[in-house]
Amino acid sequence: MPINVKAPLSREEARALRAGDSCLISGVIYTARDAAHKRLCELAAKGEKLPLDVENSIIYFVGPTPAKPGQAIGSAGPTTAYRMDAYSPTLISLGQTGMIGKGKRGPEVIQAMKEHGAVYFGAIGGCGALLSRCIKKAEVIAYDDLGAEAIRRLEVEDFPVIVIIDSEGNNLYETGKKNYLASLEG
Amino acid sequence: MREVKAERITEAVKRLCIEANSYLSCDVKSCIQKSCEEEPWPQAKEILERIIENYNISDETGAPVCQDTGVACVFVKLGQEVHVDGDLNEAIHEGVRQGYTEGYLRKSVVRDPLDRVNTGDNTPAMIYFDIVPGDTLEITVAPKGFGSENMSRIAMLRPSDGLEGVKSFVIRAVEEAGPNPCPPIVVGVGVGGTFDKAALLAKKALLRPLDQRHPEPFWANLEKELLEEINKLGIGPQGFGGKTTALAVNIEKFPTHIAGLPVAVNINCHVTRHQTEVL
Repeated sequence: MPINVKAPLSREEARALRAGDSCLISGVIYTARDAAHKRLCELAAKGEKLPLDVENSIIYFVGPTPAKPGQAIGSAGPTTAYRMDAYSPTLISLGQTGMIGKGKRGPEVIQAMKEHGAVYFGAIGGCGALLSRCIKKAEVIAYDDLGAEAIRRLEVEDFPVIVIIDSEGNNLYETGKKNYLASLEG
Repeated sequence: MREVKAERITEAVKRLCIEANSYLSCDVKSCIQKSCEEEPWPQAKEILERIIENYNISDETGAPVCQDTGVACVFVKLGQEVHVDGDLNEAIHEGVRQGYTEGYLRKSVVRDPLDRVNTGDNTPAMIYFDIVPGDTLEITVAPKGFGSENMSRIAMLRPSDGLEGVKSFVIRAVEEAGPNPCPPIVVGVGVGGTFDKAALLAKKALLRPLDQRHPEPFWANLEKELLEEINKLGIGPQGFGGKTTALAVNIEKFPTHIAGLPVAVNINCHVTRHQTEVL
């Protein structure tokens, strides 16, 4: 059975999740990709206020297609997360507790996740049409000039994810492959 | 000489951009379906079922299969008996502009690789021309996402590296890519030519239907062997473990220099898109 996860996500709840857990996220999350992360970190370096509430936030690495008339959002699947590795440790240190993306993360991110208590969720890459159905409302809150890369506030309901890396550093990419290969030997 | 109006080319490119992004071709769908049936690992099977559900939604609603509607790679086979009335390159760019704007597709192109300002209409397209005999003009639009493009590799091997060198380079590229390019992937391989030719061959290999093997038995067997080896790596759909790491390996080859053995690996995700129209 999937675990219901509420967003924003407290550090305590983030710490309780384990790599391999299937979760359904409901609540408010934010979108940001490369360009928005760069701007957020530049603001943080200057000690200025960020345009989103980072404390206990879940950030979804996504650049959706434009919404057609009557839609909340267009197709909206995850982008590859390692491009955010240069920025995620800063945001985690400021209170971010969750990331949604796909693909490997660097040691500096995993270190920050362990230190502060954060979790890296994976959504299925290339399933943008399916995932967009769980996004009920989308609103650009910053960097409109970035188009698809603008920061959006999303209201999501039962958004399906799997914990890839937990706050202890357990990694589904390692265990999943290992368990499958071991099953062939048995 | 046969006359083709530039407006017709624009119209075709526009339609191909929208259709390629909304509807996966039958060869890709049946390959995913077959992999799902044959996948022994339950978690992996579940992921493949979600992927099928996703392209079914797109078939029903026309929603883009993936939000990365890519950079528009446009391959043109231009018959030498064809005269284009108007600017051929601009006609293609205009088709991309209209397709990505009117089709609600994502604009993912920046005007300069370092200043990174979005062009706002997904132009320019990446255009490749082949001049061929005849009086037709064939246009293929292949939107290419960059999650998989970023995992592509090229090597200038030594002739002494031979077949084993080619195989291990391809497998290493897939292994290092791991979960990043959204497996199950399609592996396009270009062998021979020059540095740039090998890369283009690898990209063109991705245009071949997944159920069609190389016409030469030696290369067809190599495609099958590499696919088997890749699907023993255990990466699986999305990298969560499983058999189905790749759907197909397509190889294109070309004569090369006595001193060289170029090999390029262009990886595509399970959303392998291309649509063709002959004018």
